[in-house]
Amino acid sequence: MNVFLNNYFPNVMTKVPEFYESIGQTFQMVIWSGVISLILGTVIGIVLVITRKGGLVENQIVFQILDKIVNLFRSIPFIILLTGVMPLTRIIMGTAIGVEGAIVPLVFGTVPFFSRQIESALSQVPAGLVEAAESMGNTKLQIITNVYLKESIPQISRAVSITAISLIGLTAMAGVVGAGGLGDFAVRYGHDRNQTDVTLATIIVLVILVSIIQLVGNFVAKKSSH
Amino acid sequence: MIEIKNVNKTFQSGDRVVTAAQNVNLTIEDGEVFGIIGYSGAGKSTLVRCINMLERPTSGQVLVDGIDLTELRPAELRTARKKIGMIFQQFNLFDSRTVAANVAYPLKHTGMSKQEKDQRVKELLELVEIADKANAYPSQLSGGQKQRVAIARALASNPKILLCDEATSALDPQTTDSILKLLKSLNKKLQLTIILITHEMQVVKEICDRVAVMENGKVVESGDVFSIFASPKKAITKDFINNTSNLSKIYELIKEGAEITKIKAGQCIVKFNYLVKSYSEALVSGISRQFHIDVNIIFGNIELIDQQPLGGLVSILSGKAEDIEAALDYLKAKNVGVEVILDERISQ
Ligand SMILES: Nc1ncnc2c1ncn2[C@@H]1O[C@H](COP(=O)(O)OP(=O)(O)OP(=O)(O)O)[C@@H](O)[C@H]1O
Ligand SMILES: [Mg+2]
Repeated sequence: MNVFLNNYFPNVMTKVPEFYESIGQTFQMVIWSGVISLILGTVIGIVLVITRKGGLVENQIVFQILDKIVNLFRSIPFIILLTGVMPLTRIIMGTAIGVEGAIVPLVFGTVPFFSRQIESALSQVPAGLVEAAESMGNTKLQIITNVYLKESIPQISRAVSITAISLIGLTAMAGVVGAGGLGDFAVRYGHDRNQTDVTLATIIVLVILVSIIQLVGNFVAKKSSH
Repeated sequence: MIEIKNVNKTFQSGDRVVTAAQNVNLTIEDGEVFGIIGYSGAGKSTLVRCINMLERPTSGQVLVDGIDLTELRPAELRTARKKIGMIFQQFNLFDSRTVAANVAYPLKHTGMSKQEKDQRVKELLELVEIADKANAYPSQLSGGQKQRVAIARALASNPKILLCDEATSALDPQTTDSILKLLKSLNKKLQLTIILITHEMQVVKEICDRVAVMENGKVVESGDVFSIFASPKKAITKDFINNTSNLSKIYELIKEGAEITKIKAGQCIVKFNYLVKSYSEALVSGISRQFHIDVNIIFGNIELIDQQPLGGLVSILSGKAEDIEAALDYLKAKNVGVEVILDERISQ
């Protein structure tokens, strides 16, 4: 095994600890910003669905404002967002660099995308189901949890895996603020120093990561659709 | 008792105002099966949805057992809604839940124990005769089975009233029939008041005690089903009734020049309508003997509504013109509706 690795990944083998560290940084970024985005995105997605015209608590003002903000942030390229939100990052996290510094821009880059995914997932719940629940005397909160969320678990789990995968893509750029991670590792050695095996190794890790996420997402979706 | 008083409902769509219900007044008694019939867009759904406030009337009152639902606060309205079940054309079952879980859904947050809920679900599924599907998912059921589950779910919180918005419109005739029978039996067994929207007079005929006919947001005619069938006043009501009976086919047959409608000189085609309750005289053989004419029945459609015969016959009469005339007069005097459709009698 070691012989094999030394043969095909000579440059990686000279910096195994750094490689592991990069993987760890990618994981930290994905998990932290993922969890925060999941919560914020779900809330915003729900608000978008219930405040729109004909929604459970129709409110044109809230809907229009939120809708525009989501669009605005979706149209800003992540690389610009990364440095653009630095002042805000400093206020929230106390620093604008490193893994901590990357989390705020990653959240800003992910939440709008995920909100739209959730919005579209919940929109697929037939209006008739909401009416049936209303006719049974459900509260609005019960309708959100027992009907909207419960009925769209398959779509939500697909949305989560797509978002997680795109989040991994975004973390590759986080090197700009010194957050490290696999993307940064690949650029610094694989590209800048022409160590092709480094690039290959990071690609392999990323492919495995993405595949696992995809598999889990599909599994949950399949398990929960009847 | 449900009292709908001066209910109006308008919708604003863009700069256009749609009046879906206009000055509707109806009283529906406890234990009654009340039909609401009308063409698409007549406002049937809107009116029925005003009963459980899924749609708020623009003006007017909806009283259920004397309580005005339009005045209730949200929490009170939710409690009131639990006593008004509703089923829909599209069934609206929760696809992510099993049949049993769908039926148990309204029992959430009722303080019932798991055992009590299971017991109740079992009873309900037996009531609608679908206990064997308890662990199936809605996607594994046929339309009729889905509607049974929907009925069980609507009955879970022991409502006094069941609203049915075209509950059988997505079903084939046999299944429609079985669901209507089920509704009728629930009506009897549970003293359930049923309000049923349909656009088929057949459905009204099958299970309703009284019916209201809606057109352009207004109730244009209402009354007990027999009277409505026996003597419809409005054109729209006649249309609905004609569509259910095959007697009106005679007009098409004549237009098409069908063999059966080619009559000889001295004959005429007549449509008789039974209008009177409890008509039991030997009508056909009677006039035949009394007026020396031949009565050849082409087709007929006589049904029992409310245990009373209602319907009619299309016949070819042949005989002397004045004999036929006398026979028709005799029938008219007996309150039989007489309509001469094609006349080849030889006048003297
Ligand atoms: N939410 C709404 N917004 C605007 N217009 C509406 C709305 N709901 C109903 N309408 C209009 O009100 C009228 C009555 O509609 P309703 O659904 O009550 O008719 P219906 O008799 O139930 O018809 P169908 O047999 O097709 O179900 C129609 O003209 C319809 O377009
Ligand atoms: Mg309707």
